[in-house]
Amino acid sequence: MTALAAPAPPRARRRSAEGRDAWLLVLPALLPVMLFSVYPLVYGVALGFTDAQAGLNAETHFNGLDNYAALAGNELFWNSFKIGLVWAFSVTALQFLASLGLALLLNLDLRLRWLARTLALIPWAMPPVIIAIMWQLMLNPNYGPVNRTLETLGLPSSVNWLGESAIALPVVIVVGVWAGMPQTTITLLAGLQSVPAELNEAAAIDGASTWRRFWHVTLPALRPIVTAITTLDLIWNFNSFALVFVLTAGGPGGTTMLPSLFAYNEAFRYGNFGYAAAMGNVMVVLIGAFLFLYLRAQMRRRHQ
Amino acid sequence: MTKRSPATRPLQYLALAAYMAFLGFPLVFLLTTAFKTDREIRSPDPAFLPQSLNLDNFTAAIERADLFRAAGNSLLTAATTTAIVTAVALPAAYALVRFRTRLRAAATGWILLSQVFPFILIIIPLFLLLKNIGLVNTLLGLVLVYAVWALPFALWMLQGYVAAIPVELEEASAVDGAGRFKTLRKIVLPLLAPGLVATSLFTFINSWNEFFFALVLIQDPDMQTLPLALARFVGAEGQVQLGPLAAAALLACLPSLVFFMLIQKRLTAGLLSGAVKG
Repeated sequence: MTALAAPAPPRARRRSAEGRDAWLLVLPALLPVMLFSVYPLVYGVALGFTDAQAGLNAETHFNGLDNYAALAGNELFWNSFKIGLVWAFSVTALQFLASLGLALLLNLDLRLRWLARTLALIPWAMPPVIIAIMWQLMLNPNYGPVNRTLETLGLPSSVNWLGESAIALPVVIVVGVWAGMPQTTITLLAGLQSVPAELNEAAAIDGASTWRRFWHVTLPALRPIVTAITTLDLIWNFNSFALVFVLTAGGPGGTTMLPSLFAYNEAFRYGNFGYAAAMGNVMVVLIGAFLFLYLRAQMRRRHQ
Repeated sequence: MTKRSPATRPLQYLALAAYMAFLGFPLVFLLTTAFKTDREIRSPDPAFLPQSLNLDNFTAAIERADLFRAAGNSLLTAATTTAIVTAVALPAAYALVRFRTRLRAAATGWILLSQVFPFILIIIPLFLLLKNIGLVNTLLGLVLVYAVWALPFALWMLQGYVAAIPVELEEASAVDGAGRFKTLRKIVLPLLAPGLVATSLFTFINSWNEFFFALVLIQDPDMQTLPLALARFVGAEGQVQLGPLAAAALLACLPSLVFFMLIQKRLTAGLLSGAVKG
């Protein structure tokens, strides 16, 4: 007992010295993160319970739940919130289906696979602003190749894709899918490559068709990755800003006004900081609730 | 490997071709538009390829003083951010992995949490904070914000690379009588170099591409970054000058395109495995 206890004191001293070293090395990273991201976030949540305004002499008062009472009756905000949900869920679902298809193809031994893989990666390297500019050129009502192609095919060719309220949101969703496919495809491809080939071979020997093998072997093995990437996609899409801001700025007639754009306008065009922060709080609570339900459902399914 | 019906292969190629058209056509279109003259773009009977490889659109884009200055601002901001983030994240990542503090879990948790919060909750206080210390409308303020938001992710990436270096190497070096600093310089740093390059390039590209923070924090046209200038170009005259707009857009993606070409293989394999280890 005593023999064991003897070496302990120097070791403990070394550990504490190491701990001090560690803190010394981590502190330069920790301090600015605390000051410029943790503190602002807490401050931002708190601002949602005040009447803060832009401007030099505006005094800020705590106003409890007033912002939320006002928000509850703000039809424009809820409309924007609905648009945000339609956008986030459509883009995430379509992105997932399209990326899964592409990942399955890329996982096969096809010629020109390298080219498809490179093409699938490029949107990742492009800033959202550039993607928006590119699609504006594509969808230009007069000179864009989309309308030109329709014209050659003898179809209606004067469609103002981003300017008509009935179709602007679906068009923007397609651009969103294009922009977000790389992450999802690469992640799913990595997942597919980690599914043991023996599993599929065994199922094939047992006479399972390609479809049955996909449904009963590949997909279950992929489930954790599918959960992770769809969750992240949903968060990213719900919070996305630059793409739609440059494409349509929320128009025409507010039909593509995502909640992030709505809150941005409230804060920096109309100067209602407190009210905009309250919108942020509502967004984070509701999206958090969605994520909680989704992740819980996925966990339960895995445990079954 | 397995038997399939004869119709499957052609269908697979057809599907692959459809994907390539959807993903590739906009890119090819942007590329060809950048080389077309205004008359070619507006011609009622447009050709797919430009008639010649004229660079007028590129010179027009570069000669626009605000785009040129904006590119300079972007370069300065992204490079400074990268230098700061790398200098701060490298020792921190090493400490987090080797000394196993509880901070490691906290860093990962913070990365995930910061993804969920809408940026509006962060940008308003940041705007007020930077305004109080006189850093709104300055590149220094932008660098500060970018560095702080790039740090957690850089830390996370670097941790994966540090964890991949066997501790035994460092112990062997220590047994041979090398001090801690010498071990770090001679053993750890060279092994970490590829991961360090990938992380710093990633940080660079993210700040080069960033839009939202810049939109709020920079109002002075002289201080705007490239994405801001391009977005304003679209609004102001982009509908008129399609060619120069395409050329400018193309030039603005060059840094990230080159970077992604360089790390493409690592991206499909290394980045993900690094993430799993981290």
